[in-house]
Amino acid sequence: MAHDLRGSSAVVGVGLAGCGEAHGKLPLDILAEATHNALDDAGLKLSDVDGIFTGSSYHFMPGLSTAEYLGIKPRFTDTTMVGGSSFVAHTLNAAMALKTGLCDVALVCYGSNQRTAGGKLATMSEQQIYEVPYKPRYPISSYALAAARHMHEYGTTREQMADVAVAARQWAKLNPSAFARDDLSREDVLNSRMISDPLSLLDCCLVTDGGGAVIMVPSERAKDFPNKPIYLLGTGTAQWHRQITQMPDLTTTAALDSGKRAFAMAGLTKDDVDVVELYDAFTINTILFLEDLGFCAKGEGGAFVADGNIAPGGGLPVNTNGGGLSCVHPGMYGIFILIEAIQQLRGDCGERQIADSEVALVNGNGGVLSSQVTSILGTEAVL
Amino acid sequence: MSSDNTENLGSGPDLTYQAHLNKKELFLPKCLVCNEFHFYPRVVCPHCGSFDLEWQALSGRGEVYSTTVIRRKPERGGNYNVCLVTLKEGPRMMSRIDGIPAEDVKIGDKVTASIINNDGECHVIFSPSQEA
Ligand SMILES: [Zn+2]
Repeated sequence: MAHDLRGSSAVVGVGLAGCGEAHGKLPLDILAEATHNALDDAGLKLSDVDGIFTGSSYHFMPGLSTAEYLGIKPRFTDTTMVGGSSFVAHTLNAAMALKTGLCDVALVCYGSNQRTAGGKLATMSEQQIYEVPYKPRYPISSYALAAARHMHEYGTTREQMADVAVAARQWAKLNPSAFARDDLSREDVLNSRMISDPLSLLDCCLVTDGGGAVIMVPSERAKDFPNKPIYLLGTGTAQWHRQITQMPDLTTTAALDSGKRAFAMAGLTKDDVDVVELYDAFTINTILFLEDLGFCAKGEGGAFVADGNIAPGGGLPVNTNGGGLSCVHPGMYGIFILIEAIQQLRGDCGERQIADSEVALVNGNGGVLSSQVTSILGTEAVL
Repeated sequence: MSSDNTENLGSGPDLTYQAHLNKKELFLPKCLVCNEFHFYPRVVCPHCGSFDLEWQALSGRGEVYSTTVIRRKPERGGNYNVCLVTLKEGPRMMSRIDGIPAEDVKIGDKVTASIINNDGECHVIFSPSQEA
């Protein structure tokens, strides 16, 4: 029997703003512009929004700050904070709130000025007192330790990781709004400055500004709006640790669980998926998540991503906007993978459009491979 | 024996851990139900949920589980190692390997703990074990 939440809500509007550089803007300015664009897209007004789902590294009480800025008095607010995966997690909470009538129009939103504010990762995070004495560089050292272990256990190579960055760049070159669109070769990645072995500069995501917003409504109303509705078929969340020291096995992420949960709710398998959007904060992420989500066996992710298999024209389209590596990455990237998946399913992606996309998988990552949230979205054809 | 040692060292697990380090001892809570050690020290066993714990000494022997070299300009102190060490008794901790170049630390290396005092705060670091 289908899960009660399967297909119970739909995305009817998306908006981006300030991606790249948004000089002079504060995080909430960018969030509000993205919200404006999403509302326009859906044919709605701010006064229609009665549910807010948001997260921030800038605001201790982001639900309060966001609603105040936008001048709305939401009936329902959720600020679940699982790092960059938060916005993917918000889709599940929004679906629950919409299904139970706690709100009628849910706004999932984010904005950040990380690049123009100086490039530093804004954080209200507490210090990890058992790690800090050894001066790890956050977050890269944690991902470097995972990459080193994956290389050790499975023979994954720096060349294979470089191919993740090259594939992302090739997608970005098809996306006029991507931030980094210059030519990029495997050698460029291998020869870039080493930061925390085995990860070099071009194994790391961009630092940009940017904001995104997604409008969700109950599916019964989904056809009252101008766009083709995109249905939320399933979301699964999982978390196994907070600090890298506590990750049970550095080669396996909690996406193993979040993926299974999302597929179970959606009643689909990986063979049904047409397009995949993964949180690629570092090149190793893409490899780990493809394995843990079942697109290839554990240990075979390196071979799977090599030689253009996830690039345009390859076997599986992954990170079609150019990813956090080449499109946009303003601190917490989760909302952007969601928006790219929705745009692919709507058929709005121009040169990078994957033909006949009916099912998209999104996997958000938060912390240091800590929180994993998988969402599966689809068109009416798979409802 | 451990309870005698810890009674006057403060009540919380972090204070107890630090107090042992200050005496150049590596102690961690061991669960009296599932017999597993855990790190970082808590008031509950994360393996089984028991609150029945006892502080016990560790051997200080371990193995490098993963390792990275953090690149830093020579004028700012040069490259340094950050690694994860799995202790013989099970728990894993972040640390660094002293005594060999950062680049030479390899996964699987056998290492031995020592406790250093850094501006009044004691930390566990490791160096390559002498015997195989
Ligand atoms: Zn126990």
